[in-house]
Amino acid sequence: MRVSSTRRLRTLRKGLLGVVGLAGFLVVWQLIPTFDLINPQYLPYVTDVAARLAEESRDLAFWRRLGATMTSWGIGLAVATFAALVLGTIVGLVPVLRRATHTTVEFLRPIPSVALIPLAVLMFGIQREAALVIIIYASFWQVFVQVIYGVADVDSVARDTARSFGLTHRERLSHLVLPTALPYVMTGLRLAAAVALILAITAEMVIGNPGLGSLIELSRSAGDSVGLYAFVVVTGLLGLLVNLVFRFIERRSLSWHQSIRGEEAR
Amino acid sequence: MTTQTSSITTTRRGGGAGGRILASFLYALGLPFLLLVVWAVAATRSTNRFFPEPLTIFDAFTETWIGPAFVEDVLPSLYRLGLGIGASIVIGVALGTVIGLLQWLRELLEPLLEFFRAIPPPVLIPVVMLLLGITDTMKVVVIISGAVWPILLNTIEGVRATDSVMTETARSFQVTWWERLRFLVLPAASPRIMAGVRQGLSVALILMVISEMFASSSGLGYRIAYFQRNYQVAEMWSGVLLLGLVGVFLALVFGLVERRVLRWYHGLREVSRA
Amino acid sequence: MPDRSTLLRVEHLRKVYESANGDVEAIGDISFTMHAGELVCIVGPSGCGKTTLLKCLAGLLRPTDGLVEMDGSPVTGPSPAMAVVFQEYGRSLYPWLTVRGNVELPLRHKKLTRAEREKLVTDALEAVGLAHAGRSHPWQLSGGMQQRVAIARAIAYQPEVMIMDEPFAAVDAQTRADLEDLVRELHVTRNMSIVFVTHDIDESVYLGERVLVLSKSPTWVQEDLAIDLPSERDQITTRALPRFTELRTHVYDQIQRAKRGETVAAPPGR
Repeated sequence: MRVSSTRRLRTLRKGLLGVVGLAGFLVVWQLIPTFDLINPQYLPYVTDVAARLAEESRDLAFWRRLGATMTSWGIGLAVATFAALVLGTIVGLVPVLRRATHTTVEFLRPIPSVALIPLAVLMFGIQREAALVIIIYASFWQVFVQVIYGVADVDSVARDTARSFGLTHRERLSHLVLPTALPYVMTGLRLAAAVALILAITAEMVIGNPGLGSLIELSRSAGDSVGLYAFVVVTGLLGLLVNLVFRFIERRSLSWHQSIRGEEAR
Repeated sequence: MTTQTSSITTTRRGGGAGGRILASFLYALGLPFLLLVVWAVAATRSTNRFFPEPLTIFDAFTETWIGPAFVEDVLPSLYRLGLGIGASIVIGVALGTVIGLLQWLRELLEPLLEFFRAIPPPVLIPVVMLLLGITDTMKVVVIISGAVWPILLNTIEGVRATDSVMTETARSFQVTWWERLRFLVLPAASPRIMAGVRQGLSVALILMVISEMFASSSGLGYRIAYFQRNYQVAEMWSGVLLLGLVGVFLALVFGLVERRVLRWYHGLREVSRA
Repeated sequence: MPDRSTLLRVEHLRKVYESANGDVEAIGDISFTMHAGELVCIVGPSGCGKTTLLKCLAGLLRPTDGLVEMDGSPVTGPSPAMAVVFQEYGRSLYPWLTVRGNVELPLRHKKLTRAEREKLVTDALEAVGLAHAGRSHPWQLSGGMQQRVAIARAIAYQPEVMIMDEPFAAVDAQTRADLEDLVRELHVTRNMSIVFVTHDIDESVYLGERVLVLSKSPTWVQEDLAIDLPSERDQITTRALPRFTELRTHVYDQIQRAKRGETVAAPPGR
């Protein structure tokens, strides 16, 4: 009884402090333009931004833009994940391939995907395809690298056990390799989802294909600072949502594995 | 396991050290070379003008970047990048340590930090531009505003998770506050901090490029966008190549620093794995 | 020896943990005194609050009631007069520091010249037989050697009493015997005062000059037993002495009684 009550008290305290922090931030934001520390033209009132958010949420055009961004995100993430799973498993399982691809991967991976924006624009113009190139390139590596780690992480004793009991290739893949790699894949997926969202919005800002990013860029060039801040808040909420959902999925898939893997510094 | 077995078989077959060096040389450069050849062949055969031959790109590279452009565009970009990264690390680690050590502050700020981390960094560019105008400071601030979050949050997490026995040891030997910070808290958090820095680096590079594409009349990002708008395809590719090299260079430097800073950590992990 | 001065005095020590599901009385009422130059072993059934007692002694925990006095002044927090050797050597040594760095760390805030500090570290490492390993990192050493480093750190700190919390619980039997002899040697040659907490009955009898047998929780001192074995001890002959067997049987009985919750039995006569 009392265990749960103190624990509940602690969670309550934590939640309360969090709310206080959030409220404090909003108040400070409101006060800065009120006392003219920063011109309201550059930092609009919170209340104005909130009103704008409410207004936009009733506007179908806004939701259509949001839908466009999430569609690019979804397609990009799906294609990248699928490609990374297939290629990663093959490369991870065959030592010769792993060695042969190492330098190429180490060169291609750090290339900032935004460097490819001009190329994508040349090839596809101001279209979603151009954005997809960037999204897929960036999120592919997140999953790919994790898959290779995961496939290589198969415990040697477990592997010997499987071999000594004469498990076939297919059995070993489905009972040993995939379960070992699964948590890594989920981690990769979480990272890729965040990266894909960043690049979906970035691509829209720079390329100009319709979506949240282009809304931000439009508000900026039109000098609509209230709109700009409102859309930035929307992207933050969107990012938060994506993080929460994928962290939840990751934790679900990790639950049985956590103790074995221990803390992992990433 | 597998690598071990395969290396043993190579030694048996491969006839001494010379063979092994040749093999690893082939492994390292075989695929890149192959890809270049395929690219070159494809480029000569196809009519797609967006994929010039590797040699053309290479020529464009030497022409475009070696010379005054290096001083005018590349160095300022790298300077801002370095400044932004350095400031992000200092701010992130300092604030992260304070927040990580004070539970009430951590609980107060947690939802806010989660939110700020979730904002896609490039959308901060217009905001910072609005607040600071189009200046060099703005570009550095943009880099900081994106790269500081992973460093800050990882530092908080690392500092918070300091081992209880280690803390008790420091307490029982009356290690002073400052020594505790230097010899216990920061080293214990260093694996997490380095993980944060690694994420911060790639964010910083992205922001450097985009802030220049957006609002600049010089810099690497600006140049590449300029070449694209003027259909100078080979030059544009050479810019992409240069950015790739910068990325690889950053990754290399980070790898070296990390191996030095976290030597104990990798050693410890290797021991506990065996 | 009656002329020995009192070093550590514990009087009516009581510790209650305020936990969520009611208060837990870990230590009921513990009193004992320890003289300078003694080696006192503390044994008790598992879960009897040995670690709690030790943390109260070391000033890491505040007792609910009662008094811990060191050299006549009350212990209110960690003091330079005591050095603790923890059971979890892997977590008590800092993996990012070398062996020397670990031993040196607690000396940094002592007012010593660099040369004095170096000398203390070298001397302590020599005392535990690790003079050669100063530049290694702790994790490069075996478990037993790591615990030697922790002991060296305590020696270099020059405490008046060394407090050891089940220090050899996590090492193998061979190593354990070596480490026990090291503790005996430090005690005899350097005249170190040591409080040694263990759950191992043989170990307590082999090492101690006195054994405090604790009752089960809430804990009091069930028996304060003098170990009248010769001070020169070694693993084979000492453990083969009939008196050793008598004493260990007695302690064993006491602990069985403690587990059942019975009280004092007469100490074994000669």
